[in-house]
Amino acid sequence: MAVSDADVLHVAALARVGVPLERLPAMVRELNGILEHMAVLESVDVSSVAADARPAMPRRDDQVAPVLLARPLADFAPAPRDGFLLVPRLSTHSQLGATEGDE
Amino acid sequence: MSGMDGHELSAADTASAVGAGTLSATDVCTAALERAMAGADLNAYITLASDGDVRAMAGAAPRGLLHGVPVAVKDNIATTALSTSCGSKILQGWVSPYEATAVAKLHAAGAVIIGKTNMDEFAMGSSTENSAYGPTLNPLDHARVPGGSSGGSAAAVAAGHCRISFGSETGGSVRQPAAFCGIVGVKPTYGRVSRFGLVAFASSLDHIGVFGRSVDDAALGLQVIAGHDPHDATSVDTPVDVYRDQAGQSLIGLVVGVPTEYFPATLDPQIRARCDRALDRLRQLGAEVRPVSLPHTDLAIPVYYILAPAEASSNLARFDGVRYGPRAPADDLREMYEQTRSVGFGPEVTRRIILGTYVLSQGHYDAYYRKAMLVREKITEDFARVFASGVHVLFTPTTPSPAFGFGTRSDPIEMYLSDIFTATANLAGVPAMSQPIGLVDGMPVGGQLLAAHFREADMFRAAFALEGALGSEALT
Repeated sequence: MAVSDADVLHVAALARVGVPLERLPAMVRELNGILEHMAVLESVDVSSVAADARPAMPRRDDQVAPVLLARPLADFAPAPRDGFLLVPRLSTHSQLGATEGDE
Repeated sequence: MSGMDGHELSAADTASAVGAGTLSATDVCTAALERAMAGADLNAYITLASDGDVRAMAGAAPRGLLHGVPVAVKDNIATTALSTSCGSKILQGWVSPYEATAVAKLHAAGAVIIGKTNMDEFAMGSSTENSAYGPTLNPLDHARVPGGSSGGSAAAVAAGHCRISFGSETGGSVRQPAAFCGIVGVKPTYGRVSRFGLVAFASSLDHIGVFGRSVDDAALGLQVIAGHDPHDATSVDTPVDVYRDQAGQSLIGLVVGVPTEYFPATLDPQIRARCDRALDRLRQLGAEVRPVSLPHTDLAIPVYYILAPAEASSNLARFDGVRYGPRAPADDLREMYEQTRSVGFGPEVTRRIILGTYVLSQGHYDAYYRKAMLVREKITEDFARVFASGVHVLFTPTTPSPAFGFGTRSDPIEMYLSDIFTATANLAGVPAMSQPIGLVDGMPVGGQLLAAHFREADMFRAAFALEGALGSEALT
């Protein structure tokens, strides 16, 4: 089963790594080479291995999910900006010479 | 006594001399640090301890098995005094808030850590070419790789900086560089040495291992770090043999299995000849040598390169710029994750994370990951069946070739096949070690001994005897 450009970009997004477009053809070629090497496993008879020898793990959907927070953002961060949270400057920073009220 | 710094002494003799007061721990350890600094062209270390820190540690070293013995530790084993980068930019300068159990045991035994050694990034590689801090050179031929991923630790011992160093193994990353550098490398049984504080690559395959200039050095190093640790759920509470007691033991009654699958028709005839010579020596010492079969050996690399990247893709998810290391600037949180990881990880780590995520994804999980898990059981059963048949140890070549040149293995599969004789032991969890058995084209090659789970003593019994029987032949 050959991997396409779209497959690699989708999986890279799931893994939160970027693949530069100029690197994409080589990455696709390498992954297909590796997966081809692994195809030998398809024909291995594993019927003698007990089904519970290595229990399967529960799986998540292959979707890029939103970043989950324990509480809604507005509960503890009333001033978000560009995905980051604005917080009052710590007093230790003020002691280093920052102006009171700086963000 | 060969000198004031114990350079030529075994680790055990150094510790004895320091304990007896005939050698100074400070002299021994500062001399080791000076040798490491003088050998900087090898790039064996990512971080060296300062002269002052080495003097302080040596001066306060407790009386233990490694009293005043300098050692080097791979840069993926957590230390509080020196940074732990895993050979990656993403952990550059990171200092662990706690130390690995193996490191705590080294300190308690009186060892002095002179530096953190270079490695393939997150232990992904077989040549140390994948380090973000540049490759390590093979001390025996600077145009060749030292092996990997623990290439820095192997080079440190092979270059004579120290007699013992520590590395990690997921598919052969101690035994393969040991073979390439002409020293001894030991991977214990999975569960024999605590992995607490070893930065995880593939948790079901990761082990901490030992390099030694000799079998005796390696046995002593393993002795110090072996044993149960409640901090590691996979650590096993079972008695630890005294490995050095195996020196001088007779091989009469020892059964050595020779798996035919490790001697394919394509094996380099010179490597086959060195193995045959070693087997002859084992026979002459009284061991019974018999052919055996491990029929699923050729599946080890496909299985390994599904399972290890799968586990790595999960374990390395934590490195996202939030809790560890440098953080790349970005306009939003997701972009910050991607930028940090894209800049922080090198090409091989990125490739394996993507491969691992692919084989774990819903559409491919059963075809790749689940199938590989089942085939792993077949590989494990192969070993169990052979050891249950009365075989005490197995003997194989460690690698299919001597150390190769830099840049000569650009195809990932070609590089992965460097581990073809070593990955099985990680998949099955059995102990294995490599020791020098001769030269091919002027470079060392290793012979590999494997034993049943927690039977490291059987392995050392054969290794001590073989080392003595080969003597200077190991240099021919």
